[in-house]
Amino acid sequence: MIRVCPLADLARGEAKRLDLDPAVAIFHTEDGEVLAIDDTCTHQDASLADGWLEGCEVECPLHSSKFDLRTGQVDAPPAKRPVRTHQVTITDGDIYLTIASEQPNAPAGVDVEAGP
Amino acid sequence: MKTVAVVGGSLAGLSAARALRKQGFDGAVTIVSDESRPPYDRPPLSKSFLAGATTEAEIALLVDGEDLGADWRTGVTATRLDPRGRRVELSDGSALAVDGLVIATGARPRRPWPRMPAGVHVLRTLDDALGLRARLFAGARLVVVGAGFIGAEVASTAHGLGVDVTVIEAAPTPLSGPLGIDIGAVVSALHADHGVRLLSGVGVASLVGEAQIEGVELTDGRTIAADAVLLGVGVQPNVEWLTGSGLPLTGGVQCDSYGATGIPNVVAVGDCATWYDRELGAHHRIEHWTAARERGAIAVSSLLSGGTERVEGRPPYFWSDQYGRTLQVAGHTRGAESATVEEGSVQDRDFLAVYRRGGEPVAVVALGHGRSFMRWRKQLARRAVSVPPSALSR
Repeated sequence: MIRVCPLADLARGEAKRLDLDPAVAIFHTEDGEVLAIDDTCTHQDASLADGWLEGCEVECPLHSSKFDLRTGQVDAPPAKRPVRTHQVTITDGDIYLTIASEQPNAPAGVDVEAGP
Repeated sequence: MKTVAVVGGSLAGLSAARALRKQGFDGAVTIVSDESRPPYDRPPLSKSFLAGATTEAEIALLVDGEDLGADWRTGVTATRLDPRGRRVELSDGSALAVDGLVIATGARPRRPWPRMPAGVHVLRTLDDALGLRARLFAGARLVVVGAGFIGAEVASTAHGLGVDVTVIEAAPTPLSGPLGIDIGAVVSALHADHGVRLLSGVGVASLVGEAQIEGVELTDGRTIAADAVLLGVGVQPNVEWLTGSGLPLTGGVQCDSYGATGIPNVVAVGDCATWYDRELGAHHRIEHWTAARERGAIAVSSLLSGGTERVEGRPPYFWSDQYGRTLQVAGHTRGAESATVEEGSVQDRDFLAVYRRGGEPVAVVALGHGRSFMRWRKQLARRAVSVPPSALSR
């Protein structure tokens, strides 16, 4: 489990990119949920933490595929494969992250290792 | 409404067909496509697919197992629409009787010279990309006519393959139309940064060569030798088949701000359509991918609701990948009075510039600075939504 930051440091509607291998994006939705997915779009090398967050979906900043933050599923191409979702817990006001164990779906040209 | 035809099977048409099902239409859907291939994504055709780094399967737009419950009519074109919008005639002699119609026939590259020797290419289809790719080998001489986004991306890709590239641009500053003179100059300087020749302010007088292209003759008298030429000089909308339908076709199929045409139950979307833009106060045809992808759902809402449901779109957005950099543009740069670099520096080719009119931001352009770019893009969208309808002339 990784301690990320105090919840108070991540405002609603904001996202944070964690420089892990592979990188993880943590979102605080307008509704107050904190959710984490792989940061790199499965289509091309783009940071989903820089994406358009609406509800509990984030749209890739480059090519508009939308990922569901709860399931990791993608709505329509150009991205075709889901991102992994990671477990988030809030303890004593701090955000903690447990990285999923399955293999990530990296885009072509981006090499990533599986999470710990 | 029991039967809907979507004429055009690329991104705009496919997005509309997906929207029909997503919005609950359970009647018959027929998709007419002039291509024999299933729909594919066009942006990679000037980039990774042209470079041979991406396969046809990877750029397929249909997902494995995706079933739209549609009747695909491939390899045929629509040739006529009756003035009631109920009958679409096809090039194979058949006709479709429809209750609703989505026009998504796209656009085709301009070919200023009717005679094109072998080695002269345009780039629109997957076959175009395969044909051009076969000419791009190390040491070959490629002349790109037009330093717009297609031309610039092909120049970048070809340069990466070791091709000797020269770009010819008639305007004094490339990209000054979409980006303004100052930022257009910065972005087109990427060519020189990477050792690609850019000749601007000079036109092409003629193509030299009989059976095979040998070069281009410029309007200043010079001749540039070439083994291959790419023409990237714009597109024209595929609307001729609608002549006689009564639809206004100046600049494309004219639509309101939600894709509705003058014929009830007929909407248009994508490169063939020119939607009324309230911010510009004029019809405006957008040739970019994002509009083709997003506006299908808006047009289908108009179609299925009989025009009562009006879904607001977002400000235009597009990107361009050149020389390993990603350019992002959101909003309307046309009509802007100023462009101010607010982050980074143009010398470093790493910047974010905000375009303003009357002191209000109307567009944002960035090389890099993705996170700030998204903040500005969202701010532009909030502003667009907040413009009261009473302030808009229509």
